[in-house]
Amino acid sequence: MLEARGIVKRFGDLAANDGVDLAVGEGEIHALLGENGAGKSTLVKVLYGALQPDEGEIFWQGAHVEIASPAAARALGIGMVFQHFSLFEALTVAENVALGLPTRETLRSIASRIEALSAAFGLPLDPARYVHDLSVGERQRIEIVRCLLQDPKLIIMDEPTSVLTPQEADLLFATLGRLAGEGRAILYITHRLEEVRRLCDAATVLRQGRVVAGVSPRRETAAALARLMVGSDVQPIEHRAARAGAPLLELRRLSLPPDRVLGTALVDISLSVRAGEIVAIAGVAGNGQGELFAALSGERPSRADAVLIDGAPVGQRGITQRRRLGAAFVPEERLGHSAVPHLTLSENVLLTRHGTGGLTRLGFLLRGRAAQLAAEVCAAFDVRKPGRDPEAASLSGGNLQKFVVGRELLAEPRLLVVNQPSWGVDVGAAVMIRQALVDLAAQGAAVLVISQDLDEILEIADRIAVIAHGRLSEAHPASALSLERIGLLMGGAHPESVPEPADAD
Amino acid sequence: MLIELERRSAPSRIMMLASPAIAVALTVVTAALLLAAIGVDPVHGLGVYFIAPLSTGWSLQELAVKASPLVLIAVGLAICFRANSWNIGAEGQYLAGAMLGGWFALAYQTAGAWWVLPGMLLLGALGGMLYALIPAALRVFFGANEILTSLMLVYVAQFGLDYLVRGPWRDPHGFNFPQTVAFEPAATMPLLLAGGRLHWGVLLAPLAVAVAIVFLGATLRGFELRVVGMAPRAGRFAGFDVRRDILLAFAVSGALAGLAGIIEVAGPIGQLLPTLSPGYGFAAIIVAFLGRLNPIGILLAGLILALSYLGGEQAQIALRVPLDLTIVLQGALLFYVLACDTFILYRLHLFGGRRKAVQRAA
Repeated sequence: MLEARGIVKRFGDLAANDGVDLAVGEGEIHALLGENGAGKSTLVKVLYGALQPDEGEIFWQGAHVEIASPAAARALGIGMVFQHFSLFEALTVAENVALGLPTRETLRSIASRIEALSAAFGLPLDPARYVHDLSVGERQRIEIVRCLLQDPKLIIMDEPTSVLTPQEADLLFATLGRLAGEGRAILYITHRLEEVRRLCDAATVLRQGRVVAGVSPRRETAAALARLMVGSDVQPIEHRAARAGAPLLELRRLSLPPDRVLGTALVDISLSVRAGEIVAIAGVAGNGQGELFAALSGERPSRADAVLIDGAPVGQRGITQRRRLGAAFVPEERLGHSAVPHLTLSENVLLTRHGTGGLTRLGFLLRGRAAQLAAEVCAAFDVRKPGRDPEAASLSGGNLQKFVVGRELLAEPRLLVVNQPSWGVDVGAAVMIRQALVDLAAQGAAVLVISQDLDEILEIADRIAVIAHGRLSEAHPASALSLERIGLLMGGAHPESVPEPADAD
Repeated sequence: MLIELERRSAPSRIMMLASPAIAVALTVVTAALLLAAIGVDPVHGLGVYFIAPLSTGWSLQELAVKASPLVLIAVGLAICFRANSWNIGAEGQYLAGAMLGGWFALAYQTAGAWWVLPGMLLLGALGGMLYALIPAALRVFFGANEILTSLMLVYVAQFGLDYLVRGPWRDPHGFNFPQTVAFEPAATMPLLLAGGRLHWGVLLAPLAVAVAIVFLGATLRGFELRVVGMAPRAGRFAGFDVRRDILLAFAVSGALAGLAGIIEVAGPIGQLLPTLSPGYGFAAIIVAFLGRLNPIGILLAGLILALSYLGGEQAQIALRVPLDLTIVLQGALLFYVLACDTFILYRLHLFGGRRKAVQRAA
């Protein structure tokens, strides 16, 4: 149905796609696999007309085509569901869909078409509801329905499950199966290997802009697919036994109103993290993780005794005072939150370390010491950088994340709070960061990990709690929680209505 | 053919230095075209405008005298702009400083003591600072846009000065001219060279430049202001108090503008008049940007803008060109700097005619 031959797309000196071939057949669910930066998004943008290739040809149903724009792609019958939704929260489902349609059509007829489609494909969706009331899974359904209204022959889906609970993902897979059954082709972009093995008929693996393999995923193991993606064996995390000690972080009925319109309120959150253990907070994005992190770090004050670090009530104290108690924090956003993009690495070291010793004297910066500390962080965490002391923005996502995590770890914190530790980083960096977190806990620190990535959580956490709609479930030992139960909690099911784990202690 | 701006992978170092030079060159070309359009020989006109002021000792001294308020104000503005606080009202703070410092002179100059001049400078800086804290406080506590409030307060200051020199502070023996009495020697800036134009106040400009270099580059508070300006969220994460930093940035820039105001009053002008500034507070915005918000760059840019003032006066006398031409050229210069700065982050990308690419932001 679609064939791309020898696609080359360069950005400056970097060839994001370097002679990529891809063929997707009718009724096929075709996976496009690769790490961040492997060139998946670039290739897809070329196919969808959002980027023009420097070289290469595209054939659509046997005919040579030039896809000049996304509108041209849609006219051919290529639809796309983006990873990041473009929806207006203050409008209804039908209104949002209407905005994306080229023709003048009444809202009522659009609503009835939405209902028909959602019934036909098992995508429960009420056209009259407002987007801000909808879960992420429901929002994604709007995007899918919007795409399906154009009756596409090929549907491109960019990381569709990264924001879904396991149950929502199952629903999506059923829909995709139905679409493929009608003879539509689906190009499915992901880095989740189990999904690919379950869902996809064929897979093209990209690495550094080139196709390294075309495989039949059902015949490969997940480990084999990972090896193709990464180019080497992936090290498993080594666990070291540590005995959980005294609680170093305690939350006592922490409640905070939302700090912005359509933000999430935190409701009655209680939790304790003891020395020597990793507690993970699972949850779908936008359920209060950012707000919780801000309350923990002190970027937002709370009731004085709602947050205790090492027994001291710190709810009213700022982030520097919390750092002086031995706490360290790694936010989700690297550029603009944990690091200043256009400051050098040595200046970025000052960002979180200026208040805890050795980097200033009488209000003056000790730049030599800061540079030395930055060099130590880079050496300890194998941060690859252009130049001796480059700007933070010039590092790749994985290297910058290693830098900001390393910056905190070299301070030897007794408590580390980290939000999405390996979000958007390559497999190698993710493994290194996770190992460092496990090692930190083994040395007797308390570690709290907020993450959307269930695989990551199951890999490193001793205990798991789930956040949904600003409420936190009780933390259960990781061994006692099934994926299904976590999924139900993530979906916001009331804790009592979810069956208790069989061997909870 | 399609022209498109393509983002560079890294900011261009060459353009960062070349952009002000290109902007100045384009301004000179514009000046030539404008002069030609009003019937003046461009070569002769440019000579009068940009070369003649540099040819005599007297006018070189005058250049330094004109550059020093520009540099003082622009250094403060650079600190403010770096902290992402947009103080557009330096002209008003300049006048506020002149008024408060001038009041001190009028009240105590007859004492003739050594402390009159230092007291004037102190109160001048204080007046500018307090006046700058009004828009800062409005932003911090009420979320009011500081660009609008600081700009509008310029007019309040102008009318306030107008009222004072026409009303309560008017020289009773001044034949009803709107002006105060001339300042006594105790309230006047001593000259650096007898019979020349240079006064001690001129030395404060390079001093402010030196202090700003150390403050921005070597102190934690300067680092804090830059972080808060570049990435406020990262600033809060670092434990910096963004509100306090906005107040501080405005206070510093207001104090320097107020200092510039009282130096002008105590130096070249020697009394309070309805017009104390040929737009120094606004021209300093151009100086700050032309100087890359960098203190050393501001020193150079201040001289260039001072030259445009001097050249404008010369041209008015020698060529009978309206003084408004100076303002037009200063505006053109800011326009060209901002336009050229685009190419620090972007480069031009030309597409061939065949492909009509509709690029969409990713």
